[in-house]
Amino acid sequence: MKSMGKRRGFLNLQGYSFMAPALVVITVFTIVPIIAAFVMMFFKVDLLSDTWNFTGLSNFAKIFEDPKFWAAFWNTARYVAVVVPIQTIGAMVLAVLINSKIKFKSGILAVLFIPTLTSSAAMTLIFMWLFNNNSGLVTQMIYDITGMQLNFLTDPNLALSVIMTMNIFSTIPTFLIVFLSALQDIPKSLYEAASIDGAGNARKFFSITVPQLAPITFYVITMGIIGCFQIFDQAYIMSGGEGGPMNSTLTFTLYIYQLAFNSNDMGRASALAFILAAIIFTVSFIVRKLMKSDEVNG
Amino acid sequence: MKKAYSILAYTFIIVMAFVTLFPFVYMILASLMTFQEATSIPPTLFPNEFQWSNFTQALAQAPFDRYFFNTVFVAGASTLGTLVTSVLAAFALVKLEFKFKNFILMGMIALLMVPYEVIVFTNYQTIAKFGLLDTYQALILPSLASVFYIFYLKEYLTSIPLSYYKAAKVDGCSDLEFIWKILIPMGKPALFTMGILSFINGWNAFLWPILVTNSKEMRLLSNGLSSFATESGTSVHLQMAASTLTIVPILIVYFIFRKQIIRGVVKSGVKG
Repeated sequence: MKSMGKRRGFLNLQGYSFMAPALVVITVFTIVPIIAAFVMMFFKVDLLSDTWNFTGLSNFAKIFEDPKFWAAFWNTARYVAVVVPIQTIGAMVLAVLINSKIKFKSGILAVLFIPTLTSSAAMTLIFMWLFNNNSGLVTQMIYDITGMQLNFLTDPNLALSVIMTMNIFSTIPTFLIVFLSALQDIPKSLYEAASIDGAGNARKFFSITVPQLAPITFYVITMGIIGCFQIFDQAYIMSGGEGGPMNSTLTFTLYIYQLAFNSNDMGRASALAFILAAIIFTVSFIVRKLMKSDEVNG
Repeated sequence: MKKAYSILAYTFIIVMAFVTLFPFVYMILASLMTFQEATSIPPTLFPNEFQWSNFTQALAQAPFDRYFFNTVFVAGASTLGTLVTSVLAAFALVKLEFKFKNFILMGMIALLMVPYEVIVFTNYQTIAKFGLLDTYQALILPSLASVFYIFYLKEYLTSIPLSYYKAAKVDGCSDLEFIWKILIPMGKPALFTMGILSFINGWNAFLWPILVTNSKEMRLLSNGLSSFATESGTSVHLQMAASTLTIVPILIVYFIFRKQIIRGVVKSGVKG
């Protein structure tokens, strides 16, 4: 019995010694901060003077009364409503086209993938220049075609659309490749049978491809929505950290950043971070539920 | 009908490829324009004469060579650290039995669901308390281990039969020898993908470097570029030169390891 105990002790020691480096880093930089943020959201925390006052749920009450929170919320909602459908449908259609017997497939993929690898800082600078108020190429093209002088970077109604375009631009390739690998798994026999029945390409796309891709489409939608909720770099660079003009590019992450650093209010920043976590969790949960029910229906 | 479809497909794909490539080509062209050309109305598409001096001017205004070194160093050290901690942890999770192993696994899955925003600002406080603000340690330490990569590697290594480990033990192989001689060679494709992914993430990281660095000397390419944009004001030709300087190295790496990178990014989902 005793030797068994020793053996077990050795096994534990052996296991934990290999886990230790990872566990230490993960504990200090992931687990402790989660717990700390969870505690802080119930306090008014001033880290400069290190004063903590328990305030219960008042951080949450303040957030929901805060016009900046609602600005971030509606910006993100608009953002999701525009970006997610375009990037999902765009990626799916492109994947189907590339998947049909086409030459230079890998060359085209290589090109389409470049934006995904480009740092958001460089990407934002390029787009800010293309959409520049006076001399930007896109601004000028729109002016030449429609006669409208659009001030993309300073008009509160338009600033967000530049970030939307940028995001669609850099996420389509990634999702395209996700769809592309899923397309390989669709049995060829389905298409052959449809051909025999005289189905055209459009019919095949809507009756075979789309339903067969349903699970992966849900995955893409979930990742797309989560990505939209976490936009930071582009909004920060474009507005110099302000979220302007008139809060029109204020995102959740940018607002959490402002609360933590400009307002020195870690309590409210933590509360907002957990609200964001709850939103992301709910969205993933709903999408997964929808996916399950879809599987049941066949 | 078939022909019309394939013409349509080609047209669509070529247009997409053009739209994708255009901003980058235009960036490079603009990096070689004069200030007048870069800001003219109507816009200039092609510079009259290549202004290579834009690159030296950009380098003179901000130490992009230093940013470059910092980025390579930080991304490289984080990647190496992640690989080491992940290999050790994945080995323990796949081949060893220990108390609370399943509990740890479940805990890690839960951690995967917590968004970055919840932890990043507290991490800033931790780094500040350690007195490490504006140091390489601040940039590297939090990314020395990653739950995501541990899981990725664990999934991959599960396929190696336990009997290999037992046989190695019988032959008097120590755990570290087993990891070094069997696990790492067998896990090479996964480790390679992880390495590239982690390096690209480090290369493009933005929020964390702007939080923990103050001085110019400690900036990375990403936040260095964004502050350069503020400091250089309207000098778009220099901004495009600087952007080109930051993009070209990663593109070279990309064209060498294209297949592995594409596979890796798809596995990991998406960047923001």
